[in-house]
Amino acid sequence: MSTRVYAALAGQPNSGKSTIFNMLTGARQFVANYPGVTVEKKVGYFSQDSAKVELVDLPGTYSLTSYSMEERVARDFVLNDDPTVVLNVVDASNLRRNLYLTMQLLEMDIPVVLDLNMIDVAKKKGYEIDKEVLEEELGVKTVTSDGKRGVGREELRHILAHAGDGQIGLPSFRMDYGPLEPAIGRLQNLLELEPELKSRCPTRWLAIKLLEDDERAVSLAKEHALQWSELENSLVGERQAFEADFTIRPAQHIAFRRHETAERVAKAALKAKYPGRRSLTDRIDGVLCHRVAGPIIMCAVFYSLFELAVSQGGRLAAMVTPYLSQAQFFLEGFLPAPGYMHEPLITSLASWFMTSVSALLVYIPQFFILFALIAILEDVGYLPRMAFMLDRIFKRFGLHGNSTLPFILGGIYVGGCAVPGVMACRAVPDERARLATILTVPLMNCLAKTAFYIMLVGAFFPNNQAGAMFFISTITLIMALPIARVLSLTVLKTHETAPFIMEMPTYHLPTVRAVLTRAFERIWVYIKKVLTIVAAVAVVIWALLQFPGVDQAKTDHFQQQAQAALAKFEKAIAKTPLAKRINSEDDLMALFAFRADYRAAKAAAAGDRAASKAVNTRFKAMDPVFFEAVKNRRSKSYKAFNKLRKTRARIWRERQGERINNSILGKMGMVLEPISQFAGFDWRVNVAMISSFAARESATATFKVLYGIGNDGKYAGPAMGDSAGGKPITPLNATALMLFMALFPPCLATIIIVRVATQSYRWMLFAFAYPSILGMLAACLVYTGGGALGLSGWEAMWTYYGLALAFAVFMGWLPLKRYSSNPKGA
Amino acid sequence: MSRKITLEDLSPGTSGKVLALNATGDLGQRLLDLGFYPGVEFRVIRNAPLNDPFELEMMGYLISLRHKEAGFVEVQPL
Repeated sequence: MSTRVYAALAGQPNSGKSTIFNMLTGARQFVANYPGVTVEKKVGYFSQDSAKVELVDLPGTYSLTSYSMEERVARDFVLNDDPTVVLNVVDASNLRRNLYLTMQLLEMDIPVVLDLNMIDVAKKKGYEIDKEVLEEELGVKTVTSDGKRGVGREELRHILAHAGDGQIGLPSFRMDYGPLEPAIGRLQNLLELEPELKSRCPTRWLAIKLLEDDERAVSLAKEHALQWSELENSLVGERQAFEADFTIRPAQHIAFRRHETAERVAKAALKAKYPGRRSLTDRIDGVLCHRVAGPIIMCAVFYSLFELAVSQGGRLAAMVTPYLSQAQFFLEGFLPAPGYMHEPLITSLASWFMTSVSALLVYIPQFFILFALIAILEDVGYLPRMAFMLDRIFKRFGLHGNSTLPFILGGIYVGGCAVPGVMACRAVPDERARLATILTVPLMNCLAKTAFYIMLVGAFFPNNQAGAMFFISTITLIMALPIARVLSLTVLKTHETAPFIMEMPTYHLPTVRAVLTRAFERIWVYIKKVLTIVAAVAVVIWALLQFPGVDQAKTDHFQQQAQAALAKFEKAIAKTPLAKRINSEDDLMALFAFRADYRAAKAAAAGDRAASKAVNTRFKAMDPVFFEAVKNRRSKSYKAFNKLRKTRARIWRERQGERINNSILGKMGMVLEPISQFAGFDWRVNVAMISSFAARESATATFKVLYGIGNDGKYAGPAMGDSAGGKPITPLNATALMLFMALFPPCLATIIIVRVATQSYRWMLFAFAYPSILGMLAACLVYTGGGALGLSGWEAMWTYYGLALAFAVFMGWLPLKRYSSNPKGA
Repeated sequence: MSRKITLEDLSPGTSGKVLALNATGDLGQRLLDLGFYPGVEFRVIRNAPLNDPFELEMMGYLISLRHKEAGFVEVQPL
């Protein structure tokens, strides 16, 4: 018979809780969200001694008030989900502060086991902890562990597996609140008369929370109390009486008492005292947070992050690409082949779908490197130092020190992804700054935008590539900062702000396991969220580009042209051996297929003379007649086939163009043209922009065609499609386009993540609308304004840069309001 | 009556003892949760490269906070 145990892990941040979680559950973990909030819920499983244990990793919190989402989640879980046992992970080298949370857990009337984690660090620091004293003082089972080295694993698993056997009782510890005790007792008596409240939480705990004026506890009581007005009266009376007698609010008194008790218990349990010498972490901070060295080191860290993830990762991505296209080619082999004029819908849809998905899969190596490096920085404890150094700047723009990580992930210089960036925003405790960060992270340069810039810069600024890349890489941050400030002064004005009080954790050497786990977790989220959404949207966009399709008159027109070309071809080859071979459309398509195979084989030989010759011999042997038509440039059959091929390609292209013209998306592009023309975008550019919203990755290929950029990456003069109405594309066009792209939200996945992170459709729409409008304005300013002043693309670029910089400096210089949401109390 | 000394007034290198917390709400709670309560001793270590925030050590761990917010912590220099 197997028993089931439902256990929860609770602990303060930096107590090594996740390490313990990984140690206990191994790979059997699942990540979800707590209902209705963006707080991550990790659940793991393990079996031990015929018990199945389900372990929930609660968010790390310093306390259990209702001020932050994490604390509310942790608290509600303990109260409502009725866990068999709560394992309280405590940083043994930081006993006193960690016990502050333990005190609050013990008040909630649930079985608690105390785990003194990082016992090795504590020993190194010179602490010696008496476990028996702790067990006696707190009345809870206490164990020690060293999660990083797996020490304590068996004991903890054993204890949790037997938690349901009744060996672990309710904690006997009772906090003594001194002069507040009579008030607690009186309230508790009133609460005993409330059956609904009594069933929901322990009455003593609720009495204490009500005296603390805890927002959620008060609303809980208000909702479920039979006699709320009576309860409220006596509550307010008790609070006022206590404050009058002791000149301190009950909330502060309660917290002070907890700290005093935590200190008394910690002192009793510590055999050796705090040594008082400068800790190693403090000495490292002396260098890493140094006035001069600190920022230099931080820049070096940024640089190596992007050098490794973007440049080296890019090389890795280039290695993966051929395999992806081979896979796609292989899969496409199973689809119905296109005929001479007939294009099966399913083939067109499936190719589009696969192209969209593989465009995203290409980025996985780069993301893996980026995520692993960031996990190292997190594990080491460097990220809070970055926040520490940058908070002053971020604060001036309505952001927060903790906005650093979202911006890095989003691509603060070049090469990130807004999806993990926006998700990382939950680490920003200040609501106003968090929203401002969520709304501005999509302006950073994601990897897909980066590829796009590289293409345009290479084609239109061939002599100033480095300068133009520098422009676009830095202009985004220069624009994002003042935008964030404007947002926080306007639409976000009413949202709450929070103080910047942050623990600077002890530096640790990262473990390979923890780093890889976290990198894999993030990659998995990327794959799940981005890929599914982008794939679904790709299908929608395909439909919007496909339907309603080409009208009958045009179809007939194309059909006639095709038949005429075919007749010409048949006439031209009449006297060649090829004529006997081409008797049906299938035969003709076989010739097309032969050519495709031959070219693929040649490409695989890639300039190797011997291999190339072997290919020739092989194909000649396979089918000498077809080979002649494909290879021998002087032969009649070659010339005729070549002409047919080109005509067919032209008709297909025109038909595709016609289809897009007619399509729903094409209509949208035309509707926007009267405005976008001031930015130098014709309707075709508009269509490409809108469709690129499914996944920015596809934009690079589309614009290459639209802007007439050849395979060599150079501008080849006005494109065949004359997208600018026959006018040549100028660097000024390119500058306007890059700026628009910089502001335009990267992709639909980002917008959906914004919805998830803000829990609001309004913010989602806003996150799409405001950057699109701003992007259009910026592009119009550059194209029309720059054109009117006769500026070149290069000059317009730096003029704009100067204006943006001036605006940023002005917004940063605007005075900040003094912290005012906290009236001086008591 | 002279103005009370707050944590904001202490420069890096000085130690002190918390006398009272004059903040309520979120700020007051965060200060409490990270271990500020009457009687606790601390040492101001350093300012950030741009002067704000600053880092302090109490009971073996390090905390960073902004000067303005530190103005709500009444202290006695040691």
